[in-house]
Amino acid sequence: MSQRRRLAISRPVTGACGKTGSWRVFSPLIDREKCNACGLCAMYCPEAAISEDLAIDYDFCKGCGICANECPKKAVSMEREDK
Amino acid sequence: MLTVATGNKAVAAAVKEAAPAVVAAYPITPQTEIVEQIAEYVSSGELRSQYIPVESEHSAMAACIGASVTGARTFTATSSQGLQYMHEMVNWAAGARLPIVMANVNRALGPGWNIWAEHTDAIQERDSGWLQVYVGSVQEAFDAVLMAFAIAEDERVLLPVMVNLDGFLLSHTMQPFEVARAGDFIPPLHLPHAIDPAAPGGYGTLTGPEDYFKLRWDIERSMRDSAGVIRETQERFARTFGRKYGMAEEYRCEDAEVIVVAMGTLGREAEVAVDLLRGEGIRAGSMRVRWFRPFPRLDLSGRDVVVIDRDYSFGFGGVLAGSLAAAGGARPFSVIAGLGGQEVTYEDIAGFVRERRPGEEFWFGVNGDV
Amino acid sequence: MFEVRIHSRGGQGGVTAARLLALAAVRDGKYATAFPFYGAERRGAPVVSFVRIDGSPIRISSQIRKPDLVIVLDPSVMDVVDVLQGIKPGGRVLVNAREPRDMGGHPACSVDLTGIALREKLEVAGSPILNTAVLGALAKMGIISMESAKSAIREMFSDPRNVSAAEAAYRELAA
Repeated sequence: MSQRRRLAISRPVTGACGKTGSWRVFSPLIDREKCNACGLCAMYCPEAAISEDLAIDYDFCKGCGICANECPKKAVSMEREDK
Repeated sequence: MLTVATGNKAVAAAVKEAAPAVVAAYPITPQTEIVEQIAEYVSSGELRSQYIPVESEHSAMAACIGASVTGARTFTATSSQGLQYMHEMVNWAAGARLPIVMANVNRALGPGWNIWAEHTDAIQERDSGWLQVYVGSVQEAFDAVLMAFAIAEDERVLLPVMVNLDGFLLSHTMQPFEVARAGDFIPPLHLPHAIDPAAPGGYGTLTGPEDYFKLRWDIERSMRDSAGVIRETQERFARTFGRKYGMAEEYRCEDAEVIVVAMGTLGREAEVAVDLLRGEGIRAGSMRVRWFRPFPRLDLSGRDVVVIDRDYSFGFGGVLAGSLAAAGGARPFSVIAGLGGQEVTYEDIAGFVRERRPGEEFWFGVNGDV
Repeated sequence: MFEVRIHSRGGQGGVTAARLLALAAVRDGKYATAFPFYGAERRGAPVVSFVRIDGSPIRISSQIRKPDLVIVLDPSVMDVVDVLQGIKPGGRVLVNAREPRDMGGHPACSVDLTGIALREKLEVAGSPILNTAVLGALAKMGIISMESAKSAIREMFSDPRNVSAAEAAYRELAA
């Protein structure tokens, strides 16, 4: 009986929508000089693609630019992808 | 031990026997004594439940949903305006396939403001996926709550069950009542989709057009399967406690030429009308519909049918009458009576039968000038 | 089927009287149902409650229109309420009063329930408890047995003065 699907339950999987990195048109770049490691970018990142030590996982960063927009030091710049 | 108690006290006593892990409820006339009594059982230690007083009926059902999804047995109770306020969560509970049991003390909907008996409140929840049973006596209120847990929690059902009792006419009426020890009548609850910290999941998540309808079908499939589970549970109840219940209670229908169909206390008072009519040579019978969802198949063919609706669906008609007409068979004489506690006696019911006009609708007490 | 209508005021224990009577009848091996009419309850407002007693389960929920017995716990309601309305021919009346009074020619009994309650110091929030004493009067009238009256009282109230009040009413009932 239990394999019967009575209701919608989604199980969390890394990259449930596949590697969202391919969605990027612009890439965030962190300028280590300006950055004071406040961690806001990591907190705001909708894909949780920024690690605690502020390294960006470009497999999953979808280039939404929220980190750049929220960074109080303007240390993140959105650069065009030269695809 | 036989005693005398109100419908509300009987419901609370049954909840004590079922021993839910969580009771979350908001008080409202005429349901109040149910939740008051349960709170007393909890504070006196007679019932080891977590009683959560909430800030509204919407929160009451939300709390029940949160509790039930952990696999905990859960109960709540409400009435009328409260049930309406809870409506969104009522639907959620069914969609989330949570076997929550709720007692609803049927009461009219305002305005006009009215605290007396009417079925429209629960009937407005008929499409929600909840099973619904309407009881006719204090003992039946106790019995139906016990059975509701066993039915809701059966793996072939896993749908919430609403036990309806008439406001004041049952909730506050004292009748003889036998408290039965539930013992192991209600098997322990095993919820297949209970949340599990070791296997986290997203519940009620986005379900696209290609999947959603399948899950809704599964609710209907379970609703249809529930009829069998109800019969099984009622038979097991009769073997265990000696009291027999059907999907509907038939009274002197075998050779009846006309059958009165009603729910709740009116269904029982109809039996007295049947006896009266039989005394006048009118071969009448009555069927008190207990299970309104899943809607039962009634054998009414070849006989006049008088349906008494203590409810109304504006622009359509009595819902019980409409449902029976839709299920085939002759169009009933649809009597709208008892709204907002309007008094309807067995003599009135006998009058409906004597002056029946099949296919027509009659609002009791309404004459030309109203 | 024996139908009883109890007239009192809010806070005088009319509903509990109905329940006690129903419980006593059940202890006598009968079926009973008791229910108040719930209007707008206010302390002091006239209220009415009903009891039906029968040999088989009672399937009627509507109010009692033609009582076999009317109990008037507070005679002052008679100024505003026709307590005898619909009473069956030969229907009896029990009035909480010091002396018997004419009740429209119906066989009437009276007993000073208030006096008994005050004597037994049976009061709640300043109003004398009438509903346990009245059971004694009903036993004397043969509606219920005294033995069931006492067990019903004991089941609902621990204070022994309630039983002695019923015994007093049993003794003092004036037909």
